[in-house]
Amino acid sequence: MTHAYRYLTEPEVRFIDAAVSRLIPADDLGPGAKEADVTYYIDGQLAGTWGVHGRQYRSGPWLDGTPEQGFQSRFTPQEIYRIAIREINTYCLATHENPFEQLPVEKQDHLLKALEKDQAELPSLSSKLFFDLLWRNTEEGFFADPMYGGNRGKAGWTLLGFPGVPSGAYREHLDNSEPYNAVPVSILDVQRGDAQVDAEGFVKHVMLKREGGK
Amino acid sequence: MKPVDVVIVGSGVVGSIMAMELANAGLQVVCLERGRMVDLQTEFAKPFVYDELKFDRHSDIFQNLSRETITFRNNASQTALPMRELGSFKPGEMVGGTAAHWGGNARRFLPHDFELRSKITERYGEAFSPKDSTIQDWGVTWDEIEPYYDQFENIYGVGGKAGNLEGEIQPGGNPHEGPRSREFPNPPTRRTPHGEIFAKAASELGYVPFQGPAAAMTRDYKNLYKVMMLECHRGGFCSSHVCAQGAKANPLSAVLPALYKQKTFELRALCNVIKVNTDSTGKQATGVTYIDARGREIEQPAGIVVLASYCFNNTRLLLLSGIGKPYDPQTGRGVVGRNYSYQTGGRVHVFFDDREFNPFIGGGQVNTSIDELNGDVIDRANLGFVGGAYVNCTNPGASPIKSKHVPHGTPRWGAEWKKAVAHNYRRTLGIHVHGSCMSYRDRYLDLDPTYKDANGLPLLRMTFDFHDNEVKMLKWVQEKCIEIAKAMQPASYHAAAIRAKYSIVPYQSTHNVGGAVMGTDPATSVVNKYLQSWDVPNLFVVGGSAFPQNAAQGPTATIGALACWSADAIKESYLKRPGPMM
Repeated sequence: MTHAYRYLTEPEVRFIDAAVSRLIPADDLGPGAKEADVTYYIDGQLAGTWGVHGRQYRSGPWLDGTPEQGFQSRFTPQEIYRIAIREINTYCLATHENPFEQLPVEKQDHLLKALEKDQAELPSLSSKLFFDLLWRNTEEGFFADPMYGGNRGKAGWTLLGFPGVPSGAYREHLDNSEPYNAVPVSILDVQRGDAQVDAEGFVKHVMLKREGGK
Repeated sequence: MKPVDVVIVGSGVVGSIMAMELANAGLQVVCLERGRMVDLQTEFAKPFVYDELKFDRHSDIFQNLSRETITFRNNASQTALPMRELGSFKPGEMVGGTAAHWGGNARRFLPHDFELRSKITERYGEAFSPKDSTIQDWGVTWDEIEPYYDQFENIYGVGGKAGNLEGEIQPGGNPHEGPRSREFPNPPTRRTPHGEIFAKAASELGYVPFQGPAAAMTRDYKNLYKVMMLECHRGGFCSSHVCAQGAKANPLSAVLPALYKQKTFELRALCNVIKVNTDSTGKQATGVTYIDARGREIEQPAGIVVLASYCFNNTRLLLLSGIGKPYDPQTGRGVVGRNYSYQTGGRVHVFFDDREFNPFIGGGQVNTSIDELNGDVIDRANLGFVGGAYVNCTNPGASPIKSKHVPHGTPRWGAEWKKAVAHNYRRTLGIHVHGSCMSYRDRYLDLDPTYKDANGLPLLRMTFDFHDNEVKMLKWVQEKCIEIAKAMQPASYHAAAIRAKYSIVPYQSTHNVGGAVMGTDPATSVVNKYLQSWDVPNLFVVGGSAFPQNAAQGPTATIGALACWSADAIKESYLKRPGPMM
């Protein structure tokens, strides 16, 4: 392991690495979620305020409610990840004699789709509840600033052509239809002194030559 | 506590302006804010402000639901459950309030919106309004409120081009806006490549596109309160964020710097008002009770009480204080909590193969709009709905977590999704529908019987769903937007499904209104046309809570104008003869 994980256990890291590799796979467009350290990002989120739903209303009574009434689980995200991964792996071992990460990718995709559609019966919680959190966190980890541990090498931003922290040149470019292509700059880059900043505090982008985008 | 002339609850768009106006008039003003004090220069400094995860997903400037939330149900037959996480809307919690993180969309309502019931009846007859709707006139008219829109625009440095100057239609502006007494204080935003495509397609179909009014500075600007705001850099990160540049007008950038210099003004942060106190007659407010930062219950006596908080809290404080008759949906009687409303929306995403944009450049509410599908611009005789929408094409600055739109039929994840995201992030534009929402007998706010806040007080309960009228309107507007999309000759377009059922989960808008509405009749309104309580004449309830129903435009400019209007009524009329104003 390349990181010290604060909340996730080793089997959980292996599960998430495998799952996020299917959600955003590595391919000829660039790194996937696993390579972008999304698992490490998720660990940071679970270990922080959000992992215990620190700013969410957490008093009972706890009722299921309708989909329109939103999140009503008594479990925190920490608990949802822990419980769901254990129960999914128990299912994988019972039916396929292997934990999730050792299944062929077709089986992994099939299972992820079942989780997403709430068609996988987990004993303690809705599989969709877990899948939706996992997908939301995967997207965040792939596209949030690298200061949160994911989006390694700005893989997500490079995929989009998003330059990150804005430059002081944007105002002049507002009504210009020329594609603006720059090496992405993160908050982390600025903090580390790896990016140049002008007198007003805007970053100075290094422009890329690109043939009409990707 | 020593008595003061005025106590104001909330330091947002209403509280800051009313405090400024009343302190200017020489009154001793105390403003109580439940949120914390902020320092613009350090909390929202570059580059840290450009953090989508922090400000959009986990924001500590939005309401902390662990202490207080609302409960929600679609209809009265359900059990309301707490909104456990933020989704549909994002009320703020800090000095500056919700307006601190608004998007800067500073549009006026149409003249017709203020006299909706009368105008619809006049043109189409009494029976035309939707069944069970409780829409009504505001009590204030366009001619009365117009100078206060002007005042607000000169505080918030709104940029735009007049479309109607004292009745003369002007080229380049919105020809359907109400007559304005003078030009905007700042020039309009420049048109982006997205805006050009939208404007061309819309013009071909006979619409009149214009640059939507925006409260992010289009040049360096010193406002009515002599506060300087700098020109917007178009770096995005506006809505949900506080501008690092101070270019977006909000209470923190446009009003509070001047207010802090007022000797008769005091701001107390971390003070959560829980009750408006009245004397033994119940007809005179004596002040408010609040819980301070150290948890002490403190009474602040005052000659005038102004509730200037978010629509939910204004309504809840009236209910907790026993002021005004609570609304009863069974009988239709009572007023507090009546006419809660929201806004409606829709989108058509347009995808190109042969164009590449710079979607991350923008913000400051750069948008190109049309207003032909709104208000009384529509002849609705054969359409069968009330209300309408304005439509625009915006460049908010496409942030990478939430602004990735893909063509219809793209899987939600996996390799195909990744490919579609990579291809389309810079090759799409959105046509956005911002629609009105009427108010109805069965849509209301009251106190929840079960769930409590951190102080043990009942949460506010929302009972709300869309009615057929709104769905019908959105479908009609969406058809028009699809025509515009097709005129752009794109590779493909995708019209987002119109929700028939309101859900509290996906973000829609922080445009919640009503619950303490204004009007001309105490049987159907909480406050009169000056935002003065019918029951307690030294209590003013100002904000989105006063809207009897919601128009299509963002509410903030109208909320600001109501604050200016009410403050003026207090200064010019109430102070000379305290008591009910007619």
